[in-house]
Amino acid sequence: MLKIENLVVRYGMIEAIKGISFHVDDGEIVTLIGSNGAGKTTTMHAISGLLKPAGGSITLDGKDLIKTPSHKIVTDGLAQVPEGRRVFAEQSVKENLLLGAYFRKDKQEIEKDLAYVYDLFPRLKEREKQLAGTLSGGEQQMLAMGRALMSRPKILLLDEPSMGLSPLLVKEIFRIIQDINKRGTTILLVEQNAKMALGIADRAYVLETGKIVLEGTGEELAASERVRKAYLGG
Amino acid sequence: MAFLSYLIGGLGLGSVYAIIALGYSMVYGIAKMLNFAHGDVIMVGAFVAYFALSSFGLPTIVALILSVVACTVLGIVVEKLAYKPLRGASSLSVLITAIGVSYFLQNAAMLMWGTDTKIFPTILEGTLTIGELSIPYLTLLTILSCIVIMVVLTMFINKTKTGRAMRACSEDKGAASLMGINVNQIISITFAIGSGLAAIAAVLLCATYPSVYPTLGSMPGIKAFTAAVLGGIGSIPGAFLGGLLLGVIENLARAYISTQLSDAIVFMVLIVILLIKPTGLLGKKVNVKV
Repeated sequence: MLKIENLVVRYGMIEAIKGISFHVDDGEIVTLIGSNGAGKTTTMHAISGLLKPAGGSITLDGKDLIKTPSHKIVTDGLAQVPEGRRVFAEQSVKENLLLGAYFRKDKQEIEKDLAYVYDLFPRLKEREKQLAGTLSGGEQQMLAMGRALMSRPKILLLDEPSMGLSPLLVKEIFRIIQDINKRGTTILLVEQNAKMALGIADRAYVLETGKIVLEGTGEELAASERVRKAYLGG
Repeated sequence: MAFLSYLIGGLGLGSVYAIIALGYSMVYGIAKMLNFAHGDVIMVGAFVAYFALSSFGLPTIVALILSVVACTVLGIVVEKLAYKPLRGASSLSVLITAIGVSYFLQNAAMLMWGTDTKIFPTILEGTLTIGELSIPYLTLLTILSCIVIMVVLTMFINKTKTGRAMRACSEDKGAASLMGINVNQIISITFAIGSGLAAIAAVLLCATYPSVYPTLGSMPGIKAFTAAVLGGIGSIPGAFLGGLLLGVIENLARAYISTQLSDAIVFMVLIVILLIKPTGLLGKKVNVKV
């Protein structure tokens, strides 16, 4: 479904991503783990068009995403929950969710998806009219995920959904990610919390300073010596 | 009675500032740039209306519509040619470009239309007399126009899909783009609205002060910018409040203190308010939640 080949991203002279290749198949949960500065968010931004890569290719079901204007990528079925949530603080919860369906014209289906999101995150329903900026970090994460789901994506990219959340909330968010996946959405998950990510992933890649150094199933990587030492605390 | 009439006169002047300030503030809120050529768009609007009225003898409403259309197109073209290529450049480069556009428009106007002052025709005469108080109909029309624009614009920003998209762009363009919002298109729309409003302000301004010349936009432009900052730049109610306040202060200062010093007093008020409240009267403190 999503295929990245020899992707290179530069910030000025610095090569942040040095020719990585990976793919996500239909229905999978794939995770990209790595420490701070490994290039995870850069990779995500390149896929969703917020950054222009210097080389390589990104295709979604065969369609070239690098040539697609960034605001058109979501209409092709790829939605991203950005790092730090980036909800629209001065708009209400409901307005945020409707912005997620901005490009859609099918009013009735949008209503259905709104009901689906409220079903996944009952807290959002309770806070429908509240400004997003007044929500707690966990609620903002839920809102960012709900907002992305409102575009009815084929594939959902999640960038550090556990960041800044309590362990209990992280568990809750990861349970919901699995739930979203079971209902038919493919997931690409970027995480520093390798333990949680490997626990739910079908397949995983390890990113270190702009290169993929390991790949395998979630279980394989969780058992690997190198991953245990570097990311799972021994 | 005199006080009341100065106050109403001030509100009329302030309404013009407010309409111009809305353009400044909206463009700043969304494109995050100070469009110092905004005042010169007013000048172009004034010339278009002047020629429509004087040279072609068209009805006022037709002249107004022509002026709005011309300014809207001008706003979009300036944005596309001068500012869009600088998206992502430092804000200083954009600022300098805006000043360049301002000089370009002024000099183009001098070339095309000459430097002599033209007299804008009278479009609305008469006064409303209540007891000792007499208010020109034009002042009432100006205040009313400002209120209508304010209400329509607020509804547009808050209730329509495009308005929601504009607010989203003003908060976070990257996230807006992830929602499928065409950020460039939204910026274009913002310039179009701001410039269209500048044309309305131009006609109201020249109806009150009937001289039309190539640098006529500078002073109202700077005053409206001051009004936008005073109210809190980026905020629509702020631009409205700032504009009205500025007009009233200016008119009262002119009446009771000194005609020559009225501008100085206006800018002094700005300095004092910014010292006390740096984000302006209705400006928001920027809160970042991690």
